[in-house]
Amino acid sequence: MNAIQPGSFSLADSRSAPSAARLRSVHDPFHGDLLEVSMGPHHPSTHGVFRMIATLDGETVVRLKPVFGYLHRNHEKLGENTSYLASMPYTDRLDYLASMTNNWAYALSVEKLAGLTVPERAEYLRIILAEMTRLLNHTCLAGFLLQDCGCSGTPLMYAFREREKILDLFESLSGSRMMCNYQRFGGCRVDASGAWLEAAKSLVAGYGQFLDEYEQLLTGNEILMARTQGIGLLSAELAVSAGVTGPMLRASGVAHDLRKVDGYGLYPRFNFRVPLGDHGDVYDRYMVRMLEMRESLSILQQALREIPSGPIMDPKAKLRGFRPKAGEAYGRIEGPKGEIGFFLISDGSPNPYRYRVRAPSFVNLTILEDLCLGHTVADAVIILGSIDIVLGEVDR
Amino acid sequence: MDTLESIRDRLLAWFPGAQISLVANPSPSAQHSLLLDSVHGREIATRLRDDPALRFDTCSNVTGIDWPEKESVETVKIKVPGVAGAPDKEVEQKVKRIQPGMLEVVYHLYSVALRQGPLILRLRTGNRADAVTLPSLTPVWRSCEFQEREVFDLFGVIFEGHPDLRRILMWDEFKGHPMRKDYIEPDDYEWEPTPHNEVLAKAKKHYRTVAPVSAPAAEKGNAG
Repeated sequence: MNAIQPGSFSLADSRSAPSAARLRSVHDPFHGDLLEVSMGPHHPSTHGVFRMIATLDGETVVRLKPVFGYLHRNHEKLGENTSYLASMPYTDRLDYLASMTNNWAYALSVEKLAGLTVPERAEYLRIILAEMTRLLNHTCLAGFLLQDCGCSGTPLMYAFREREKILDLFESLSGSRMMCNYQRFGGCRVDASGAWLEAAKSLVAGYGQFLDEYEQLLTGNEILMARTQGIGLLSAELAVSAGVTGPMLRASGVAHDLRKVDGYGLYPRFNFRVPLGDHGDVYDRYMVRMLEMRESLSILQQALREIPSGPIMDPKAKLRGFRPKAGEAYGRIEGPKGEIGFFLISDGSPNPYRYRVRAPSFVNLTILEDLCLGHTVADAVIILGSIDIVLGEVDR
Repeated sequence: MDTLESIRDRLLAWFPGAQISLVANPSPSAQHSLLLDSVHGREIATRLRDDPALRFDTCSNVTGIDWPEKESVETVKIKVPGVAGAPDKEVEQKVKRIQPGMLEVVYHLYSVALRQGPLILRLRTGNRADAVTLPSLTPVWRSCEFQEREVFDLFGVIFEGHPDLRRILMWDEFKGHPMRKDYIEPDDYEWEPTPHNEVLAKAKKHYRTVAPVSAPAAEKGNAG
């Protein structure tokens, strides 16, 4: 057996001659150079076809340019070439984890444009479905974030198990798990039966227990804390200036929730709190979402208890031959990822003259580079995970 | 929130040279907007952000609108003097009027601090061809960065003072601006020039240019 000499390397194998391979000195000519790494577009950590061109000094990110558009199909042009109603199923495909809130944001904008009102039962149904969407989105996000941290399998599978329960409810109501196409201008497409509401009640009753279990597994977890605390700090000033919205803004300590600020729908009737973060790091973004789910459960309990009976469509609303008068409207709601808004211009024809989607993931991505600078590549992955993007919405 | 008229009057007092006009919105949403001139656009935006009574600290939505040149035909009644002492005649004449085309950029501002909004700003380019430069508002609100890039990409508005004005959704080599109303889709999106095309063009130089010898008579017989 050859003893390993300093500066040389040999296989401890009796058959082989001493190896000619040498360990390279640290002071090699490449030391100190920057390295450009292209992560994606086909990389499991980028949540879809998304590319980050990271410039690294050793393992530290010194520049990071996001590249996207791989899923671009010019959603806005499609919207301009079809009637108002025909765009409704397309909105499902924006953020495909949250089709109910996409539908609602679009319906709200058209209602503003055409001056339609929504019956009370439909408003309750919208709130119930939007809060369920928030539950499933945040549950999935926690699973994906842990997957990004390298905790492969368990949290994501637990999250998907609960998500399927909500999607089953969506399917029994709208006919589709994810592409719900449920809201209409001035109401909803189909009414929820008593049995459906009972099933929703039992789901809500059991969800708290799942959250307890999930939090016991994750929230106090030492590895999760070590990986996420102090990573990707976002100051409140930058967050507001960069138009960051949703849980990410609130994790930076800015009390801005459109359910409270705009009070759209019937949200002012409901009693709920808005959780805020202290530091604006990845852990706070995770924690704010966990707390938000508890508040969503509280809203769901109130809504399912108080939902009145009655019509679900505005009698003035008409689906066929719908032509709003000339004008424009911008409507926005608090989606699970942030402010989702639709800007519509009507010229009196059956198609919108301009149809614009303000996607929360797209605007939240603006500050990705600022968050990643000075962190390692592995941290850049979880920072991207904590922003919570869906490429269907970023690329449109 | 203060009325749009009072905001406009205050802005006119602060910026005496600026041209600011109200754009009315006839729809039930009643979201009226302010049209700014491009020279003072950024100064006005900065003031809107920093003024303690307004504090529009976030720009939520940035988007472009394409208004192509519009031809409208109007019927105008013209009096024609009667011939040989007859009374004047009223004749209807059709007059073509061309409304010049332009690109418009719309900004939806909100105040997170004072919980007010939206304040809608509009900026218009001179035309749709060569005078398409507008001031970038990215130095004022960071949220404009990607959204202005998108407007540049899909509409072709050039934002002066933007730190990184590149295409964002389409690829860099793409020609044209797909959200314009007169954009024509290519027949084949997949087509792209390959080195093979250049090689083929070079090779064609060596092809024989002499006309081929006429076909033999036997073949003609077969064809008949």
